[in-house]
Amino acid sequence: MEIKVLGTGCKRCQELLERTQKAVEELGTQARVEYVKDMDKITEYTFITPALVINEKVAVVGKVPGVEEIKALLQEEK
Amino acid sequence: MKKLAAWLNSETFQGMALMFGVLILAGLLWGPRVLGGKAPLSIVLTLMKSGWASLMDYVVAHAIPCLVPAFFIAGAIGVFVSQASVMRYFGAHVKPWLSYSVASVSGAVLAVCSCTVLPIFTGIYKRGAGLGPAVAFLYSGPAINVLAVIYSARLLGIKIGVARAVGAVLFSVVIGLVMAFIFRDEEREKVKAAAHLSLPQEERKGWITLVFFLVLFFILITMASHRYLMAAGLLVILAAILKGFHTKDDVKEWMVSTWYFVKLITPWLLVGVFVAGAIKVLLPPEVVTRWVGGNSLMANFLASFIGALMYFATLTEVPIIKALTQLGMGQGPALALLLAGPALSLPNMLVIRKVMGTKKALIYISLVVVMATISGMVFGKYFA
Repeated sequence: MEIKVLGTGCKRCQELLERTQKAVEELGTQARVEYVKDMDKITEYTFITPALVINEKVAVVGKVPGVEEIKALLQEEK
Repeated sequence: MKKLAAWLNSETFQGMALMFGVLILAGLLWGPRVLGGKAPLSIVLTLMKSGWASLMDYVVAHAIPCLVPAFFIAGAIGVFVSQASVMRYFGAHVKPWLSYSVASVSGAVLAVCSCTVLPIFTGIYKRGAGLGPAVAFLYSGPAINVLAVIYSARLLGIKIGVARAVGAVLFSVVIGLVMAFIFRDEEREKVKAAAHLSLPQEERKGWITLVFFLVLFFILITMASHRYLMAAGLLVILAAILKGFHTKDDVKEWMVSTWYFVKLITPWLLVGVFVAGAIKVLLPPEVVTRWVGGNSLMANFLASFIGALMYFATLTEVPIIKALTQLGMGQGPALALLLAGPALSLPNMLVIRKVMGTKKALIYISLVVVMATISGMVFGKYFA
């Protein structure tokens, strides 16, 4: 699974990254979590950060969901 | 222990340490001249005392009635207003007048957190409506965010608060149009790649969200004018709306987001208030009056220029300008500083330059300074 966290490096984006990593770890799935900071690449997906992209699909925009919620999103995609 | 180490390592702490360092250094350098040659320790103590007094006054008089409801409003905007739905007005094929108008006011909704401004700006510029609306958004975003406008009106007076909001909206459209005009050829050549935006569905009816925000807003006004009984009545209505139309998760998310803003902004604001208090003893009124007193072209220009270079953490510009006006800064220069300050700072100029290129960035910065100067003069002459 390809997971991308889009963010500018601000606090909320950092938090989304950490929670996503935790969710992946707790699920024990094979997934690559990438932190995308490049503004050009971010705007290919969305204009609002933080955002979560799972397998090239924008799953979360502009908010930081809880670890459980991220887990549910990841399992949906599997 | 680990938490403490992380905190010592954080930007917040380092920034604050830097601010206090500069303050004490300035006190030791200038203190003897201003305060009539006192010993270093007593100078530092004087600074601390004045800072502390301003902090206490702030907490009692402003924080509770004004900022607490304002934080709840900011939190609610972050959760209940669909930010992505605003983005559809920035597409490549939207009519220009619509893009400009939405760009100039949507900062109130989109820019509650400064870290969201740059991706939106880049998106509008490179993949959407183009340079003009993007620049309009870039400027108005930080300048009209709800917290800043409410706090300015409360601390500096309703007139300057309104002037800040209105000025910022007009200003952003003018700067956007001028930029689009200067670079019109380049814009025409640019191939516009339409972004695939994922727009979430609206879960609630628009009018409920509107009523919800109106109630919140009136709670703010009644609290700020100390009509607590009315505020309590409004709170009951608010509870009824929440019970009827929102789920428990909505409310929880709202609280989380509100708390996030409190955590993000409060430490900086307290430091800003403290520094403003210390400035009052350190800066002789004659100096302030000489440079930024009255409403001359020079005073307004200087205020805009300093404002453009200086970095203000969210909202800290307000108590600092309050202290400066008490020392003799004119109303016009105060507005000029408010209009140029939050929108620009050295660090964010560098980012803007990276996205737009040096030439456009320089023109943008000059436009902001010139416009802020003019607005300050007009305000100082006709409205103050």
